[in-house]
Amino acid sequence: MLRKLLVLVSLVLIASFVLTACAAPAPTAAPATQAPAPATQAPAKPVVPVLVPTNTSLPPVKIVWWHISTADAHKALFQQFADQYTAIHPNVTIEITVLENEAFKSKLTTVMQGGQPPDIFQSWGGGVMNEYAKAGLLRDITPELDANSGAWRNTFAAGALGVYGYKGKNYGVPWDMGMIGWWYNKALFTKAGIANPPATWTELLADVTALKKAGITPIALGEGDKWPGMHMWAYLVTRLGGEANFEGALLRTGSFTDKPFIDAGKMLNDLIALHPFQAGFLGATYGDEATAMGNGKAAMELMGQWAPSVEQANSTDKKGIGANLGFFPFPAVEGGAGAISDAIGGGNGFAVGKNAPDAAVDFVKFMTSAANQAALAKIGVAIPVVKGGEVGLTDPLMILVQKNFAAGKYFQLYYDQALPPAMGSVINDATQGIFAGKLTPEQACQAIEDSAKQNLK
Amino acid sequence: MNIAQVSRDDLKLPRRNRSPRRVQDYVTITLFLLPAFILFLVFLVYPIFRSVYYSTFNWNGLGPAVNFVGLDNFKQILSDNIFMTAVGNCLLIVLFSLTLQLPLSLALAIMVGRDLPGRAFFRAIFFMPYVLSEVITAIIWLGLFNPDPERGLINAILVLIPGVQAQGFLGDTKVVLLCVFVVLTWKYFGLHMLLYLAGLQNIPREIEEAALIDGANQWQMIRHITIPLLGSTIRTTIYLSVLGSLTQFNLIWIMTKGGPVNASESMATYMYRFGFIRFWLGYGSAVALVMLLICLVFSIGYLRLVRQPDYLGGI
Repeated sequence: MLRKLLVLVSLVLIASFVLTACAAPAPTAAPATQAPAPATQAPAKPVVPVLVPTNTSLPPVKIVWWHISTADAHKALFQQFADQYTAIHPNVTIEITVLENEAFKSKLTTVMQGGQPPDIFQSWGGGVMNEYAKAGLLRDITPELDANSGAWRNTFAAGALGVYGYKGKNYGVPWDMGMIGWWYNKALFTKAGIANPPATWTELLADVTALKKAGITPIALGEGDKWPGMHMWAYLVTRLGGEANFEGALLRTGSFTDKPFIDAGKMLNDLIALHPFQAGFLGATYGDEATAMGNGKAAMELMGQWAPSVEQANSTDKKGIGANLGFFPFPAVEGGAGAISDAIGGGNGFAVGKNAPDAAVDFVKFMTSAANQAALAKIGVAIPVVKGGEVGLTDPLMILVQKNFAAGKYFQLYYDQALPPAMGSVINDATQGIFAGKLTPEQACQAIEDSAKQNLK
Repeated sequence: MNIAQVSRDDLKLPRRNRSPRRVQDYVTITLFLLPAFILFLVFLVYPIFRSVYYSTFNWNGLGPAVNFVGLDNFKQILSDNIFMTAVGNCLLIVLFSLTLQLPLSLALAIMVGRDLPGRAFFRAIFFMPYVLSEVITAIIWLGLFNPDPERGLINAILVLIPGVQAQGFLGDTKVVLLCVFVVLTWKYFGLHMLLYLAGLQNIPREIEEAALIDGANQWQMIRHITIPLLGSTIRTTIYLSVLGSLTQFNLIWIMTKGGPVNASESMATYMYRFGFIRFWLGYGSAVALVMLLICLVFSIGYLRLVRQPDYLGGI
């Protein structure tokens, strides 16, 4: 009797193990939502007409949303968007996961390889998004954008939306688009006797020397994360070679070992030779960089439009350096083919996963309404990409960035996002090699070119 | 003949009774083993074969693998300087572990194994780091190693000493591996110490007393009694320590990401960098296989080499 019982129990256990082991990790079939919903398993197959009141509520929908906006005000606003939306659509629940930037990238890569993307997630568009689109992991939202003769599509600035398109289809939308430039501490510049921010590379080097003399760390850099320093090199390439140079390398009529790429490395070495960075910058993260700026420990950083909000969040008093913060575009390089108005930048967007319900797309549309764009602009975390959103832009620094951004003729998406991920990673690694003095500009460019040969076809 | 007949019957009788029972026993054993065995097959054995398959492709992990490249991935690994750096770093960590970490643990074990006042307290303290997860350990030490004296404790203390400047630590390509090793030692010496303590308790008091009567001093006791009798424990800790060093990932990835410029790259961080950051899953699989091979060769070779008599077994 007892034995039979044991056998029975073990059989049940085995069966359950086998079943859980073999079952594909399907998306949770029946999300445990608050709304009591009988027979939600098969809403699509109306085989037997069960007596369920159909007009009282729509079937519950769960939207999974991953974002990386960790700054308090920003996080709260995103939560507010979700709350507002679910208030209007009681059948929808929105599950938000807030992740730190680097953690998000690792985690997203993993779920993507598992083929289970979140419904809505942070994206920068470009090469990385294209890889996902190619693999069929994203939902084509072109029909929604074009519905009602493009009512939604026409709200966006065309250039910004284009970053989220691949082969004529859209897989996401932007909610912010800006540029990288130098953020500087006016008080520290004054202390070092610098009247105006530098307009040329030579002036920048002179200012760095002056700051060093005054005992101030000239530049905060989180080179452990690699991309902060990569942008310095990328900007030099842009100033030296202009649009034609990068296009050439990208379309394989040119090469990443062309003169502007190598010269950019050499000019970067001129800067590095002055030891302008805080101690231990090679191991520092972007968070360390923002902390140094926010606490007034360094005079400048090269960063995107999100810099002020992160500086505030990371500073000890949560206020940053306030009115002392200024912005100037990357200085011109004497004799370079690029104009000072050329900008490297990019922005943040929402990409839509392949399994996203219609409600997810609708929610994205809701979040990119002019009113919500203005709300984001108001707290200074985004430069609106939707017409009518710019009314929220009150921060003079953000207006300055937006003006600089709007004035440029050549806009280059961040190198590590514009190129395929494998190449982006190689560029980041190679430029870190330059910063550490481990690679010569020629070696770094060769590594990038080798990777380009494999990845750009 | 008659006798034989009888005895055969005697044998048969219980056997007839036993045989269905034995079958039943086997069925029960099999049934109980099956869940674990299936999990083992599905999550350990199957993925290894899957890796072998993927390692022959140039594959980015998205969609099916189609671009067959044969053994090119392996060729590239073995000719890649960064991989060689990673192997070198792993071997350095192994070397440091064997020459510093284990002797330190043994010394501490001998110290707290004695009847010292407060030994329970010290045991607990020394073992505590091991209880922390690697992620938490890494984050704690990230804070301690922070190059800004206002944020990093170690530098805050260092700058108090006249003439000493704040150090880059994890941002310095020359010392980063050493820093990682310090953290590894801090984290794992407690485990080895505990193993040694357990081993020490198995050493019979009589032998030590006999040695004392023969006039052995402390050092002679340790050299000729404690260490030989701890042999099997020491062999186990060496094994654990080497394998742990060869496959170290969490601590290094969180603290340095293998950087700056590959200065603290381990084989596992190299695998992750290429597999998951660069989206070369095929290449990453190949790296994983090379790692597996290295560990396997070590395991088998080591177990063959050190198959020594266990002194305590004879007592």
